[in-house]
Amino acid sequence: MKLIPCPICGERAEIEFAYGGQAGLVRPPPTATEAAWGAYLYSRENPKGALRERWRHIHGCGRFFNLTRDTVTDKFIP
Amino acid sequence: MKFTFDGRPYEARRGDTLAAALIRNGVHLMGRSFKYHRPRGVLAAGAEEPNALVEIDRGGARRTPNLRATVVEVFDGMVARSQNRTPSLRFDVGAVNDLLAPFLPPGFYYKTFMWPIGAWAKLYEPLIRRAAGLGRAPDLPDTDRYTQRFAHCDVLVIGAGPAGLAAAAEAAAAGMRVMLCDEQAEFGGSLLSDPAAAAGLHETLAALFANPRATMLCRTTAFGIYGDNLVGLAERVTDHLPDPDPALPRERLWQVRAKRIVVAAGAIERPLVFPGNDRPGIMLGDAARIFATRYGANPGRNAVVVTACDTGADVARDLAASGVRIARVIDLREGFRVTGTSGRLRVSFIGIERGGAREKIPCDLVAMCGGWTPSIHLYSQARGKPRFDAALGAFVPDTEVSNLICVGACAGDMPGAYRAGIAPVSSEGRAFVDFQNDVTAKDLELATREGFRSIEHVKRYTTTGMATDQGKTSNINALGIVAGALGATIPEIGLTTFRTPYTPVTFGTLAGHSRGDLFDPVRTTPMHQLAVAAGAVFEDVGTWKRARYFPRAAEDMHMAVARECRMVRDSVGMFDATTLGEIEVVGADAAEFMNRVYINAWTRLAPGRCRYGVMLGENGFVMDDGVVGRLAPDRFHVTTTTGGAARVLAAMEDYRQTEWPELRVWLTSVSEQWAVIAVQGPRAREALLPLVDGLDISAAVMPHMSVVEGTFLGIEMRLFRVSFSGEMGFEVNVPADYGHAAWEAISARVGACQGGLYGTEAMHVLRAEKGFIIVGQETDGTATPDDVGLAWAIGKAKPDFIGKRSLTRSGMSGPRRQLVGLRTDDPATVLEEGAQITATTDDNRPLGHVTSAYGGATVGHSIALAMIESGRDRLGATLQVRMPGRAIAVRVTAPVFYDPEGARLDA
Repeated sequence: MKLIPCPICGERAEIEFAYGGQAGLVRPPPTATEAAWGAYLYSRENPKGALRERWRHIHGCGRFFNLTRDTVTDKFIP
Repeated sequence: MKFTFDGRPYEARRGDTLAAALIRNGVHLMGRSFKYHRPRGVLAAGAEEPNALVEIDRGGARRTPNLRATVVEVFDGMVARSQNRTPSLRFDVGAVNDLLAPFLPPGFYYKTFMWPIGAWAKLYEPLIRRAAGLGRAPDLPDTDRYTQRFAHCDVLVIGAGPAGLAAAAEAAAAGMRVMLCDEQAEFGGSLLSDPAAAAGLHETLAALFANPRATMLCRTTAFGIYGDNLVGLAERVTDHLPDPDPALPRERLWQVRAKRIVVAAGAIERPLVFPGNDRPGIMLGDAARIFATRYGANPGRNAVVVTACDTGADVARDLAASGVRIARVIDLREGFRVTGTSGRLRVSFIGIERGGAREKIPCDLVAMCGGWTPSIHLYSQARGKPRFDAALGAFVPDTEVSNLICVGACAGDMPGAYRAGIAPVSSEGRAFVDFQNDVTAKDLELATREGFRSIEHVKRYTTTGMATDQGKTSNINALGIVAGALGATIPEIGLTTFRTPYTPVTFGTLAGHSRGDLFDPVRTTPMHQLAVAAGAVFEDVGTWKRARYFPRAAEDMHMAVARECRMVRDSVGMFDATTLGEIEVVGADAAEFMNRVYINAWTRLAPGRCRYGVMLGENGFVMDDGVVGRLAPDRFHVTTTTGGAARVLAAMEDYRQTEWPELRVWLTSVSEQWAVIAVQGPRAREALLPLVDGLDISAAVMPHMSVVEGTFLGIEMRLFRVSFSGEMGFEVNVPADYGHAAWEAISARVGACQGGLYGTEAMHVLRAEKGFIIVGQETDGTATPDDVGLAWAIGKAKPDFIGKRSLTRSGMSGPRRQLVGLRTDDPATVLEEGAQITATTDDNRPLGHVTSAYGGATVGHSIALAMIESGRDRLGATLQVRMPGRAIAVRVTAPVFYDPEGARLDA
């Protein structure tokens, strides 16, 4: 089980966290085009390598935060 | 110590394994192989043993199958039995398979059980299932206790042989927190079978045991390495004790987070592959030496040592020193070949050949020295990539793994005598590679001829390496044979994946305390015991227990629900609504936050009023609903569905923290803080009036959809005027600790008003008569607000809310499934929820399905709700509900069957 660095609580076991998917998605305004809104809803990166992603320390402080993880090695990249 | 094996009494010495004790008693036949039921003795002396699997019976539920006799410690009074034999180990009718061996090649399942297809369920599968498995699974619930511990350390050393002990001693001397674990009952590993090492071993162990920063765990197997240096250890606490203290757990799971891991797992000796290499009395050279020197249990009187490396001479020397006559040492490197063996239940002769000269040598022990394989299981689990070392004839650690090192034999660090390369193979006759699964060298060669190239495919086709020992003694030999047959090198063939666990771990250890009531803890409301006392029948809703109905004397569910419904419509009923999720949304921007999260408009909702809120996902589909009360300009009391509470709060937090951090708003779950009692029916006000400490709850002051803070018999109260039944109704919120008392007080008043209790089933019928949806029943994650008739709730003037943009995506308009009601011709016919609906019986295109169906307690006929394509355009049409073998004609109606004007709500 991985250790995940929470910015508030420090390193804690993975079981305390909820995964939040790809980070940095910008929620388009209601005037967004069909394509832009569709991409926001359904298109996600699936890189082999560094992925910026969201985590939430749901069984701890509750804080959302972003981390970069290498999807090949499953290690977080500082 | 005394013990029995298959009912016969034997004596053992303290410290014996079952295998050692049986060998000292002259018993070599300990098991039968899986496929051919061939008689087998021990191959090894440790955890890699594939043959000698036994059952230990401590009475009742405490019967454990498939234990390796080489690691089971004998205790006084132990009852052990052999497995996979009928009627006895010496005479096993299953051995007929051995005679049929020519007809049972690898893949014989796939080749034989092809047709007729109908024979699978009735004939083949029961036959195969009877033949499968070695031991008998216990048939009673496990009565033992298992515990789990978490630990942190600077260094975890796995394996207490010479390398592991040196590492632990050094780390401890440097002041580090050290944990040392070993799967055996004693620390020392190979030092335990070397009398000259005893004094030094004693000294090292004494220092470690005296060090308060060192944790010493014997009988503890490191079975898996997981992310970021988390190691799973299975500690066997009481299995070796004749009469364990009931306060002790049977096993303990350790989850150790180690800053550094030192793997000192040692190496495993390889058998030699020659015809008849599986008879009892034929074992690994090191095993023979361990039985003779460590346990004082000579495994034979007259031994032949067959070797492919220099360690054969050491084995012969130590066996001779223990009093075993060495008939011959046969070094395969000198051109010898083993032609076969004889002896039905124990080896009696071994045949050899060199340069055409054949010889039969009488013996009762054959020691095989086929070279050594480093135990890289844990290194490999930690994502280390090994490389093939041809001189060793095995894989050794290569790539670096952060904060993990391998030391000693498991790192390939072995003296030259151990370096055998891959030993030559004599594959004529039946030369076994995987002993437990009865895979021979010929089987592997056949698999390559049938087209299998990758070792992963050969493994699955022949089952080599797939037995309970997971190929610990067989993998390298199998790789060598497959590589030879394909004319390839071993690295080209590949290496099978090392998976956890290293050796079998009991389900009990992994489950720990999470069994029975603690497996999935049940949530009950503060009024639960009162519902039990009232005779409630409960249903599970998420992890909650909810009272479904309250049957009286001879009532069945249908009668009880009908009575409860009539009671609510005619007088008053009370209902436990505590399980609903409750969230307080507080702050200067609370209304703006609510505007963005819910489809409704909240800005103009006055304090003291309530609104039915609908929440969408960004995809525009209904996610949750519930009544929201505005307590103050900056404070909302939000209710959610019972099952959706956590999901809704998580979604709200996500938007609050990551989308709109500028909003001054705070979210607090108060689901556990409030007990909620719904009081519904025309006499609800009359029932509550004496309890609310003079609060004016008249229709003029407290109309439908209002909320007020007051006191209930002196207790803090939030009183909602809301209804999910269609009747005038209230929901009394009191602090959870007062739920029990409030329920009793209301119960007395409701009784005085000719009312009583009702459960979730009546609640469902009452709401369905009113056409109120249940999220997750009418909706399935693809319903928009308009689909379920809730378009009126959308705040049209709002610039944005979660899911708003999706509602205008293409495909979200057009012919969609819409909520309607259904009536059957026969008022007594109750449709089946989930049933598919078509236009005619000739047309099989589904138009939708039944989402809710009930007898209909007060409207005089059965009712159903359904989601039907363009349903609102079909009002009055007749459709067909398709059932197995028949169809039920239904008429499409509006979804509200009772009081469509809502006059009763405003009473």
